[in-house]
Amino acid sequence: MKTNKVGRQIPDEIAEKYGVFEGQFARKLTYTKDAAKVTNVLPGESKLVDTIHDAILKTGLKDGMTISFHHHFREGDKVMNMVLAEIAAMGIKNLSLASSSIANVHEPLIDHINNGVITNVTSSGLRDKVGAAISHGIMKNPVVIRSHGGRGRAIEEGSIHIDVAFLGAPSSDEYGNANGSHGKATCGSMGYARVDAEFADKVVIITDNLVPYPNTPISIPQNHVDYVVVVDSIGDPDGIAKGATRFTTNPKELLIAQNGAQAIIESPYFKDGYSFQTGTGGSTLALAQYLADEMRKRQYKASFALGGITSPMCTMLEEGLIEKIIDTQSFDKGAAKSMKDNANHYEISASFYANPGNKGAAVNMLDVVVLSALEVDTDFNVNVMTGSDGLIRGASGGHCDAGAGAKLTLIMTPLIRGRIPTIVDHVNTVITPGESIDIVVTEIGIAINPKRQDLIDAFKNSTLPQYTIQELRDKAYAVVGEPEPIQYNDKVVAVIEYRDGSVIDVVYGVDQ
Amino acid sequence: MGKVVIKHQATAGTAESSDIQIVIDGNDNGVDINLVSSVENQFGKQIRKVIRETLDHLGVENAKIVAVDKGALDCTIVARVTAAVMRSADQNKDYDWEALDTWNA
Repeated sequence: MKTNKVGRQIPDEIAEKYGVFEGQFARKLTYTKDAAKVTNVLPGESKLVDTIHDAILKTGLKDGMTISFHHHFREGDKVMNMVLAEIAAMGIKNLSLASSSIANVHEPLIDHINNGVITNVTSSGLRDKVGAAISHGIMKNPVVIRSHGGRGRAIEEGSIHIDVAFLGAPSSDEYGNANGSHGKATCGSMGYARVDAEFADKVVIITDNLVPYPNTPISIPQNHVDYVVVVDSIGDPDGIAKGATRFTTNPKELLIAQNGAQAIIESPYFKDGYSFQTGTGGSTLALAQYLADEMRKRQYKASFALGGITSPMCTMLEEGLIEKIIDTQSFDKGAAKSMKDNANHYEISASFYANPGNKGAAVNMLDVVVLSALEVDTDFNVNVMTGSDGLIRGASGGHCDAGAGAKLTLIMTPLIRGRIPTIVDHVNTVITPGESIDIVVTEIGIAINPKRQDLIDAFKNSTLPQYTIQELRDKAYAVVGEPEPIQYNDKVVAVIEYRDGSVIDVVYGVDQ
Repeated sequence: MGKVVIKHQATAGTAESSDIQIVIDGNDNGVDINLVSSVENQFGKQIRKVIRETLDHLGVENAKIVAVDKGALDCTIVARVTAAVMRSADQNKDYDWEALDTWNA
């Protein structure tokens, strides 16, 4: 075992393969970009293929290769299940799956793993049933969890080499020029897919909306695309926004949002021209409204908003409260529509967004980011991956990327959820190291990371109730009691890569 | 508090989040607890302990408890178990609050 910078024990074999986490900026990365194999397309040759079956045959997919998908359709995705079912029927086995993330809707994956079709997985997230199955040990090899920026890095440096990318596209022409903002099942940004298209040997565009050549705007350009398949439906538009843009009336969530907004407003970073990123979820959307109110009052404009984009951000863009949106993932129909209609709503790739190895990711330019947490520990480490029962159920997402990049990183979380304390001695799984986290915001007040003496000074006269992180933990434990530690078995079911490729944690299995 | 005898099945609580539903019935020999909890891994032992202690305080020696927990706090568990016991013993009025207060702070 080797102990890393956040105190986690990493088994030797894994530590040797990846190296252990030594600090958020400990690695100065230099790599030669991985190259994609190209077979030219001559005049008169068609890229259109009748069926997914035929496309798989043409790509030459065989046992042992790596395939990828994007998760822009989120819970509405039909592409991955459709393609994997065909691959399984063709008898191809032992594939590595390198999806940008995996949703609840991808439950059939459990069968493909049990049947030996998929034997390795890397992903940002694994949701309820698939995550639980992985935690219960259905795979021989551990899943590798990568952040959105970390995945971009791994693909660019060649740690992941994609043989065939199957990319669902809301619109495409016969030559593969594709975008996500036009069509029946629009998903807005295709930021994750752009990385796959650039670095995969074979790229198959799967669309339910074939349009005349040339299709614009061009998110995925024809020169990266080998084949185009037209199917009846690539996704359910209602599933794309599922759960993401819920406006809250819950007083606890509103209180957290108020405290979070006050923390940002009183911080040295809130000024005209500042930039920010917020995620989804009740408290976060409410916080955005409070910030918007204050920006109107002071006549501030944000220079840009980044990230996962929701409709409320787009409303602020239209109102002129935000100058530009740069968008790697659109969380709802409103965001997809904004990208289509508003030239200041700009699509970027996941590498542009967050890859720590490239020549400067967008997160580096962020002033303020607001993130969520399943758990925060007294070292400010954050878990967004494993549930309080120890089972994998979340997603790494851009959490550690934005946390490392932004000047001010806030975590908004209730002190307790039901009987589960959120502020704990040790998180089950570290996704984002405490050194990236500046302020934890709860319904009863905030805790500032002691390493940020400048912020402690800045908040000296604030009316916000302030606690140490230990005091917040004590208050949580006083209400719910101290939870018993999870009983893990000794099988590593997931390796958690930090964005730079080092190992920040591993997840052990839980017996059923 | 004197002995309480379970006269018939009774329930208290709901299956809502942060609540616990208690179904209590008579039993021949001792206390049996059948608990299903959303926080079994972290608080299962503690929940059983609180149910058992509450029954002890109320003087219930024989009971069968079926509990469905959705992350209730200890105070909620005590309240639901107490209510179920009172209902099962047909004690619908004239509660001995002083006796209850001796153990339930």
